[in-house]
Amino acid sequence: MNQPVPNIVLHAADVHKNFGGLRALSDIDLQVEEGKTHAIIGPNGAGKSTLLNVIIGRIPPTSGTVVFDGTVLTGKAPYEINQLGISRVFQTPEIFADLSVLQNVMTPAFARRDGAFRINMLRSVDSEAEVRDEAESILSDIGLIGRRQDHAGSLSRGDKRRLELAMCLIQRPRLLLLDEPTAGMSRHDTNTTIELLKKIKSGGMTKVIIEHDMHVVFSLADKISVLAQGRIIASGLPQQIKEDPRVQEAYLGGSVE
Amino acid sequence: MLSLSRKDLVSLVVFAAVVLTMPIWLSPFGAAYPGLMQKFAIYAIFAIGFNILFGLTGYLSFGHAAFLGVGSYTTVWSFKLLTMDILPAMVFAVIVAGVFALVIGYFSLRRTGIYFSILTLAFAQMSYSLAYSVLTPITNGETGLLLARGDPRYVDQIFGAQMNLAGLPQPTLIGNALGGYGGFYLCAVLLILCFYVSQKIFASPFGLALRGIKSNQTRMNYTGFNTKPYTLAAFVISGMFAGLAGALLSITDPLAGAERMKWTESGNVVLMTILGGVGTLFGPVVGAWLIKYFENIFSAINTNMLNSFLSFLPDGVQSFFVTVLSKFVGEGWHLTLGLLFVLIVVFLPGGIVEGVQRLVARFRGGGQRGKATSPQPAE
Amino acid sequence: MNAFLAQLLNGLDKGGAYALIALGLTLVFGTLGVVNFAHGALFMLGCFCAVTFRYLITIETVTIDPEKLSPWGTPLEVRTPLVQNWFGDFGAVLVDYSVPISLLLAVPAMLAIGIAIERGLIKHFYKRSHAEQILVTFGLAIVLQEIVKSFFGANPVPQPIPTDLRGAADIGAWLGMEVHALTYPWWRLVYLAFSLLVIGGVFAFLQFTTFGMVVRAGMADRETVGLMGIDIDRRFTIVFGLAAVVAGVAGVMYTPLLPPNYHLGMDFLVLSFVVVVVGGMGSLPGAVVAGFLLGILQSFASMTEVKSLIPGIDQVIIYLVAVVILLVRPRGLMGRRGVMES
Repeated sequence: MNQPVPNIVLHAADVHKNFGGLRALSDIDLQVEEGKTHAIIGPNGAGKSTLLNVIIGRIPPTSGTVVFDGTVLTGKAPYEINQLGISRVFQTPEIFADLSVLQNVMTPAFARRDGAFRINMLRSVDSEAEVRDEAESILSDIGLIGRRQDHAGSLSRGDKRRLELAMCLIQRPRLLLLDEPTAGMSRHDTNTTIELLKKIKSGGMTKVIIEHDMHVVFSLADKISVLAQGRIIASGLPQQIKEDPRVQEAYLGGSVE
Repeated sequence: MLSLSRKDLVSLVVFAAVVLTMPIWLSPFGAAYPGLMQKFAIYAIFAIGFNILFGLTGYLSFGHAAFLGVGSYTTVWSFKLLTMDILPAMVFAVIVAGVFALVIGYFSLRRTGIYFSILTLAFAQMSYSLAYSVLTPITNGETGLLLARGDPRYVDQIFGAQMNLAGLPQPTLIGNALGGYGGFYLCAVLLILCFYVSQKIFASPFGLALRGIKSNQTRMNYTGFNTKPYTLAAFVISGMFAGLAGALLSITDPLAGAERMKWTESGNVVLMTILGGVGTLFGPVVGAWLIKYFENIFSAINTNMLNSFLSFLPDGVQSFFVTVLSKFVGEGWHLTLGLLFVLIVVFLPGGIVEGVQRLVARFRGGGQRGKATSPQPAE
Repeated sequence: MNAFLAQLLNGLDKGGAYALIALGLTLVFGTLGVVNFAHGALFMLGCFCAVTFRYLITIETVTIDPEKLSPWGTPLEVRTPLVQNWFGDFGAVLVDYSVPISLLLAVPAMLAIGIAIERGLIKHFYKRSHAEQILVTFGLAIVLQEIVKSFFGANPVPQPIPTDLRGAADIGAWLGMEVHALTYPWWRLVYLAFSLLVIGGVFAFLQFTTFGMVVRAGMADRETVGLMGIDIDRRFTIVFGLAAVVAGVAGVMYTPLLPPNYHLGMDFLVLSFVVVVVGGMGSLPGAVVAGFLLGILQSFASMTEVKSLIPGIDQVIIYLVAVVILLVRPRGLMGRRGVMES
């Protein structure tokens, strides 16, 4: 009875989403605790990306609400949601291909510092030493510091993903949404990314992560929700999920490794 | 606050020197007379402004001539109604063009890509058609808006300025007449100022945000930028540059006609920017100068000049070459222009500035990566 | 009511021209994915096919008739077109009907021009950005019109309507109204019928031939058709040639209504883009409907009653419609989702 009440920072309540006649999401109730890493797993087509898109405001839900720290997200523009402290890594990296790696990381820092719109014409990007130092330190962390002057478009796919992660991290978001952050990465890169994400974990940032790779999921997640056919069929600690028979069935009868 | 990075400062000093010494280095090219040099400066301002929109945000406007025309009309009206002094005229022209750009931009920027281009084109064509027809009381229709001796000039009257009894009054800068080189230096100084403003924008976080919009609008939105006001600000700023250019056209030659708003004029500024190099600082200036120079030179060449130039050839060969070449000069200058346009887009999508950069890189032997500066629409 | 019908009719032939130009424009855009700013120039080239043809068949011989004297007392010069010398009366008919007959020249000529442009220039721009496509075709348009200007000069070159088709059809009488209550020039009627015929032909071609089927499939989903191993390149060339022919013949038949000059293409280009956008990018029926709609609207806007109500409306109606449609219904009247959108 005296258990401390966990602080729910993100709450998707009673969310439904229909595409035409197709039910993509039904009856979703997702609660994410502050400071935790919450993984959403499920077979292909289970509605994982749709759920993420509903949370971030890219797709409006048919019914239900998403509340972030007391603010209703539903109906807000993506930039407003970001300004509340939510950043997102996409499945296909969304970066500024024409800009340098360093500029890619500095740009989001200006959105954090100056807000959604400010005509800042008098200062120059080069004279923003604080922002640049911060960007360079994050680039060192993710191992891209040596390529800071290169065009981001010239990076490998794996490097683009890490760059996108860096762009989110510099915003110091309260909630970080990751859509398969290691898909298409080599084993080595995957491990580096896991280490990096673990390091952020200690910083107290809340994360929601969609992932196929069970190695990644069980290395990072504090809590796991399993999505199948648009419904959450199980939610709990990693150990509970591993042993849940419904989850094993959802994964085509195979056991979760 | 007003400082520049060392590299930009060097660029600015070099640029200022080049612009101010035009009368010297242009004379071997036969172009060192004020009338032409003014045009160089004015169209460079127009192109620099256009580049702030197209070069940074990637939004391709096909209607910028409207702002050029609005600036011209406002200036002539300021001359007619208030005073022959150019300062208020320029201020009004920039403000009115800015307001005009705000309205057109507000609607046009609701769409991207080719839809945006067509919207700007439609707005500009509407302005052009109306200037020719219904708005004749303001624009004086086909004749164009001219100064008249009977204009009221209320402010000048209050200050009891001497009415120039012989002929039409001339524009003045705080009481000093602006003839010949005076007009050129006015345009030159304003060009340097505009170049500086453009440098500040390119180097600023605001400029970085605009580039982000060109590169990936989705990422900008999910990064917390409200992109609409950014693009609108860029649109208005570039409209104000066009307004200033229009004002200078009317200051150096006090009349304003609707043909300045025609879409071919919009196409011209696109061409200048592309030719020089989209999204670069010097590109639009270089493009504007080259086009205005060749327009001036090529359109002045006639068959006689060709004949005397090619007189060393045998008769038959000579007349053949003269016939062929004469299609490309004089009246046929636009043919050369069109070919140039096609060749540049096909072979040098980054424009002349990028071509030079590539050459320099090759001479240095460095395996520098090619910069992706080819024009791209906002997606 | 009559005034209303008259304006409706007046708009139809203009609408037919708009529809034909927009049809080719949207066909090229839908299949090749190319924004062609030189399409208006193709219409203009069609016009000058008619001019060229007439020029060729009216090359004359000059003979001096010693029997007769001109009013100045000099021997009378008799000018006879060569074709008349060769073919007699048939030659005279040929000259009289030069505009419609020049279609025979225009079709192969426009096809050749279209194929040459596609092979020589456009095909290198399939993968480039729309902005670059706009720029390169804009440059091409300038080149084409300047070439025409250097051959034919800057002044409009009027083309005659065949003698039999001059005058006006008494449509009112056909509809049971009084005689001359509602008349419509024969040639405009011919143009309307002609444009409907061509539009019908294009649609039938796309509907009932295997080639057309592939083209339509390509408009719906370019990638899949490309993956099916169909020789896209050759088809693209033919589609572009077809669009050039349609624009060209639209121009040929329009010459008696509007004497062509070298920059006619630019004037029509802006209009036809507006038509395409209003109809919906990539929608063929949309282009046709919007073409007629805008032609009719333009004709109504130039009625004195309307002009006195809203001054200047006749000048801007087309652009106004474009702006409203783009802002309210960005996909146009019949556009599909996702065409030219981010």
